[in-house]
Amino acid sequence: MQAFSYVSARTLSEAADILAREGDQAKCLSGGTDLIVFLREGRRSAKVVVDVKGIPELNQLGYSPKEGLTIGAAVPLHRIYNDAHVIEHYPGLIDAATLIGGIAIQGRATLGGNVCTASPAGDSIPILIAYETTCIVASRNVTKAIPLEKFFVGPGRTVLQPGELLVALKLPPPKPNSGAAYLRFIPRNEMDIAVTSAGAMVVLDEDKRRFVGARLALGAVAPTPLFVPEAGAALTGQPVSDEAIEAAARAAQAAARPITDMRGSAEQRKHLSYVMTKRALLRAIERARGG
Amino acid sequence: MSNKVLVTATINDEERSFVCEPRQSLLEVLRDVLHLTGAKEGCNNGNCGACAVIMNGVLVNSCLVLGVEANGAAITTIEGITPKEGLHPLQQKFLEDAALQCGICTPGFIVAAKALLDKNPNPTEQEVRYWLAGNLCRCTGYDKIVRAVLDAAATLRAEKQAA
Amino acid sequence: MTPVIKKTEAKTNGKPFKVIGQRVIRPDGVDKVTGRAQYGADVILPGLLYGKVLRSPHAHARILSIDTSAAEKLPGVKAVITGKDLKPAEDKVAKSGESSVNYSYLSQNVLAQDKVLYHGHPVAAVAATSIHIAEEALALIKVEYEVLPPVLNVLDAMKDDAPILLPNLRTKELGEVVSDKPTNIASHEQHARGDLAVGFAEADVIVEREFHTNTVHQGYIEPQNGTALWNADGQITVWTSTQGAWDQRRDLSEILHVPLSQIRVIPMEIGGGFGGKFPVYLEPLAALLSLKSGHRPVKMWMQRDEVLKATGPTSASVIRVKMGARKDGKITAAQAWLAYEAGAFPGSPVGAGMGVIFAPYKLDNVQIDGYDVVVNKPAAKAYRAPGGTNAAFAGETVIDELAEKLGMDPITFRRINAAKEGDRRADGPIYGRIGFIETLDAIEKHPHYHAPLPEPRAPYMKVGRGVACGFWYNWDGKSSASAVVNPDGTVSYLEGSTDIGGTRASLAMMLAETLGIHYEDVKPMVGDTQTVGYNDGTGGSRTTYGSGMAAYHLGKEIIREMKQRAAVLWEVPADDINVEGDVYSYGEKRITFKELCAKLDETGGPMSVSVSLDTKGAIPALATHVVDVEVDTETGKVNILRYTAAQDVGRAIHPSYVEGQIHGGVAQGIGWALNEEYYYDKDGHLMNASLLDYRMPTALDLPMIEAVIVEVPNPNHPFGVKGVGEVPIVPPAAAIANAIYRATGVRMTVLPMNPKNVLQALGKI
Repeated sequence: MQAFSYVSARTLSEAADILAREGDQAKCLSGGTDLIVFLREGRRSAKVVVDVKGIPELNQLGYSPKEGLTIGAAVPLHRIYNDAHVIEHYPGLIDAATLIGGIAIQGRATLGGNVCTASPAGDSIPILIAYETTCIVASRNVTKAIPLEKFFVGPGRTVLQPGELLVALKLPPPKPNSGAAYLRFIPRNEMDIAVTSAGAMVVLDEDKRRFVGARLALGAVAPTPLFVPEAGAALTGQPVSDEAIEAAARAAQAAARPITDMRGSAEQRKHLSYVMTKRALLRAIERARGG
Repeated sequence: MSNKVLVTATINDEERSFVCEPRQSLLEVLRDVLHLTGAKEGCNNGNCGACAVIMNGVLVNSCLVLGVEANGAAITTIEGITPKEGLHPLQQKFLEDAALQCGICTPGFIVAAKALLDKNPNPTEQEVRYWLAGNLCRCTGYDKIVRAVLDAAATLRAEKQAA
Repeated sequence: MTPVIKKTEAKTNGKPFKVIGQRVIRPDGVDKVTGRAQYGADVILPGLLYGKVLRSPHAHARILSIDTSAAEKLPGVKAVITGKDLKPAEDKVAKSGESSVNYSYLSQNVLAQDKVLYHGHPVAAVAATSIHIAEEALALIKVEYEVLPPVLNVLDAMKDDAPILLPNLRTKELGEVVSDKPTNIASHEQHARGDLAVGFAEADVIVEREFHTNTVHQGYIEPQNGTALWNADGQITVWTSTQGAWDQRRDLSEILHVPLSQIRVIPMEIGGGFGGKFPVYLEPLAALLSLKSGHRPVKMWMQRDEVLKATGPTSASVIRVKMGARKDGKITAAQAWLAYEAGAFPGSPVGAGMGVIFAPYKLDNVQIDGYDVVVNKPAAKAYRAPGGTNAAFAGETVIDELAEKLGMDPITFRRINAAKEGDRRADGPIYGRIGFIETLDAIEKHPHYHAPLPEPRAPYMKVGRGVACGFWYNWDGKSSASAVVNPDGTVSYLEGSTDIGGTRASLAMMLAETLGIHYEDVKPMVGDTQTVGYNDGTGGSRTTYGSGMAAYHLGKEIIREMKQRAAVLWEVPADDINVEGDVYSYGEKRITFKELCAKLDETGGPMSVSVSLDTKGAIPALATHVVDVEVDTETGKVNILRYTAAQDVGRAIHPSYVEGQIHGGVAQGIGWALNEEYYYDKDGHLMNASLLDYRMPTALDLPMIEAVIVEVPNPNHPFGVKGVGEVPIVPPAAAIANAIYRATGVRMTVLPMNPKNVLQALGKI
C-alpha cells in the first residue's frame, strides 16, 4: 500500500479544510471496508486519509415523525439495524443493512460509505432511492442537499467535488399505508455482490387496494444505481393486482441496461430485473398491508 | 520516509503502545509488531474472517482497520479469549466436537462466535449460520463448527444459571 | 473453568479395540483453539526481510527485457531476482504427491524465463525491510513484453492452428512421441477392453452427452507462504506450510542445484492444502532472495489474488460419454473421451479422471481416451481426488439417465453393475476387498432415501432428489516414524506426515492401540526432514493408511525391545515372553508397560526406536451420495436442502475426523457443483481473483451433512484402514445434477450449475 498520513478529524470544518487543501488526494475514512481495500489494491490513491468517525454531525442517528430519519454518513450498519426507529419505520433499510458483507463488515461499514463508493451494485442504494433519500453534502463554506438518485455519475463516481464530503442521509417520514422492501439476487446466500437487486416503496390508499404512489430502483443493471420512475408510474393509480405488478416489472426490465461480467451476464440481469422487481413489490405491498 | 504514529490501545486487557505507519492494518500491527499471530491473514480484504477481532465490543475484520484507528480502543483477539485456567467453552467445544481440521480459520470463528454469544446466548442453528457467514472454512463444511457453537452456547447458559 | 483433556475411557463398541474408534481430543488442539499454533506465516526471525513477487499482467507474452535498477536503489530493498538468477532445472520427471513433476517446468513456473504463460506468472521478486517497501519496489521494476495471443480453453488449444505455449512440446501418443509437430497436446492415453461395437449393438438404450467443466481452486484459507534462510555455510533452512516436506526438499534441491543434505524443510502447521500445497512456489524465491541479500531470512506469503491467479487450480475439462445398457439393467458398453486443461505446463489429472469415470462398474466393453492439454492458465495441481469430480459428473449423470430410461431405481441399476472384489477396472488393476455395494445398501436403507421431498416453498420452486457414486484410488506410500520410550511409561512419538486435519490424533491412537496404553500417554509430534525418516506427503488419502502402518510397526518394534528388557529383568528368553495389551508376562511373572519403563535404566538404558517403510496394500474408497435440492426456476438458484453421504472407510480410527473429511469433501463438491469457477476475460485476465467473487460456500449455503460411515476393513492393514479424504468430493456434482434433473426435467451438462447456467438450461435466458 502507498504511504499516506492519517488525521482523525474532530469537527466538520477541520475535515472540510483538509479536503479543500488536498483535493482528491484526501480520502474520507469511516468504516474503511471499501477504502482500505481500494488503497491496498491501488484502485484509489491518497496522500492523506481523514478519519471522519469522530465528527458529531457524521455520527448522528435520529428519527422524528415530522422530520423522518437522519443517518450520519459515518454511522456503522450495526447501529442502524439495531435502532428501534429504523426497525419500526424503515424495514426496507433493515433488509439492505443486514445483508451488506458479513457481521464483521457490518461492524464498520456505513451507508455513507456505501453511497460514496458508488458501486452500481451498492446494496443500500436502491432502497434509499425508493425511500426518497436526500444527501446532505458539505464543503468549507457551503452545505447542500442532493436527491440520492442524482448523486451518481458513473461506476465509482459521484457528483461530490474535491473539498466536499457527505455528512448525512435524510429519509422522509414514511407515508401512511406505505411499505418498502429490498431484495437482491446473489448466487450464494451471503457475502456476495448483487447480480441484480431491487428496492421498492409503495404507498397504498386507505383500503390498501390501490397504489397511490410507488418508487423503484434497481442495482447492478446500469453504470449507476438506477431509479426507474416508469415502474412507479405503471403502478400509480392502479389497483393492487398481478397485472399492475407485471407492468411495473416489465417497465423495470425495459429500463435495465446491464453488462456481462464475472458476476452475471447481461441477459441474466435483464431477466432478473423483472423477477426481483416483482418480488420486491410483492414484499413491499405485504408490508404496506401490515405483513 | 513514512510518518510513523504512536498508538496506545488496550489489547486483551493490557495497555499496549506501538509505533506504526498509517498504512499498516491492525492485522499487520497485531501480527508483525505485537507478535499476536493468532489472528490470521486469509484474504486481506474482508472476505474470509480469519483475522476477526472484537474492537470496542464490535466484531471487525482487523485487515480492514488501520492500526492508527486502534488508538484508545479496546481490542480482544483470540489470545485474549483464552482464560487463565482451562479454556473458554467455545474453545473446549471446538476440541470436543472436532470443529477444526487444519485450524487456520479457527481463531476467527471462535472470536466471531464469542461476539455472537455475548449478544445472543441462545441462537438457533440458522442464526449461527448467518452470523458466521463472513467466516470461511474450507475443511469442515461448517457442520461441526455450527454444532460446537450451539454446544458452547448451552454450556455458557448452564454455567450462568449455576452461578 | 472447563477441563481441557479428560482421560479416554476404553469403550470397545463391540470391536477388539481400546483406543481405535474413540473420539479423543487431538493433541494439537489446544494450540489451535488458542491461536498459539505456528503456521507458516507466523514465523518470526531476527533480521527478517519480507519478499514479494512481481507477476505477469498478461496471459501469454514474451519477456523482452527486465530492468530492476530503480527497484534496487529504493532504500530498504535488499535483493531483487529475475529468471536470470535461476539456473534452469533438468528436464526430468519425478513423482510428487499424487501427481508427477517435471523439474524444468516446475522451475519455469516458479520464475518465468523467456515467456510468461498465464496472468500472474512470476517474473521477478524483491526482498526488503518491510512488506510495503517490497511492494513499492515491485512497481519500480520495468518489464517489456511482446504480448502473444492466449489460448484459454482445451478445445481451442487442441486445434491445429492454436497458438503454441511451449515450443518444444510434442504429443506423447500412447507413451511414444510420433510427430515432431509443435502442439499443446502433451499426451493422449487410452484404456480399452472388449469390443465397443458389439456392446453398443447389444444395448437397448444408449445415452451420449458432452460435458463442460470450469477451472476451480482448492480454496484453502491459508495462502501459500515460505520463509528461507540460505546461510553462509551453504545450508538452506525453509519454514513453510507444505503437505510434503520431503517433496519440497527434493524440488528445492533440483531447482536450486543444492544437495539434499544441505536443505532442511521444516513443515509448520498448515492451513489447508487439498493437494495444492505439494508444489513449491515461494520457497525457492525466498531462498534465492536470502542468498542475494547477504544470508538474511526472507519471509514471503501470497495475497489471495496471487493464490487464485498463480497456484494450482484444478483442470477445466470437456468430457464426452456414451454408454449403452440392456433392458435387464446390464451396461453393455461404455466409452469416454476426456480432455483436461493442464494450465501452463503438462500435468493435468486426466489420467486419474480416466480411471475414475467408470470405476464403480464392472464393464466388459469399454474404451477411455484422455488428453492432457496446455492452455494459458496457471499450472494445474492436485485438488482432492484430482480429476475425479469432473469425470464422475459426466459418468454418473449418464448412469442416472440410463437408469431413468430403463425405468429403474438409480441404486438398483448401479447394484446390477457394481464392481466387486476380483473385478478388473477399466484402467487395469483388479479390485481388492472394496465396499461399493455396502455403500449402495447404506443409502438404500437410509431414511433420507425414503423420506418424502419437502413441499416447494413457492410455485416457481421445484424440488428433487439425486444419487451419485464415486471412486478414489487411495495411496499407501512411504512412511517413517521414531519414538522415545520414557521412564514414566509415556511415549514421545515423532512422525513425518504433515497433519492437515487431525492425523496426529489418529496416528497416536494406532500407536497407543498397538502398545496397549492410553492414547494420552503417546505424545505425537510432526518432525522435519532433518529429524525423522523419509515420508511421502499428506495426500492421496494415505496418511492414516501408510503412516498408520508405520505407527503400528513402530509399536511392534517397541514391544520387541520391551520384551528384551523384560527378558533381562527376569533372566528368561525374550521370545518366551507373552504380551497382552500393556501386560508383559512369563509364567507367573507379570509387569505392565509402565512398570517396565521404570526399569529401563536397569535393563539396558534409554530406549528409542525407528522404522522406515514402503507400504503396500491400499484399497480404493467408494461412496454413494444422495441429495435433495430446491431449484428456483425464476432465478436459476439451487439450494441444498439435505445431504447424506455413505462411504466405505475400511476402519474409522477417529470417527469425528472421518466424518469431518466426508463433510469437507462434500462441501467442496457442492461449491464446485454450484458456484465456483475461474472467470477469464477474452485476453486471459482472471477477473474474479478474490474470495468475494470466487464463490466458495459459506455457513449459510450448506445444511448439516450426514456422514454414514461404512466399515469394510482392508485386510492389508493391521487396523483395516482404507483412506478417507478424497472420495467424498467425487460424487456431489453428479448427485446435484441428477437432483436438478429430477426437480426440473433438465439435464445439466456444465459446471458450475450456477444460476446463469441453470437459467440457460431452463430456457429462461
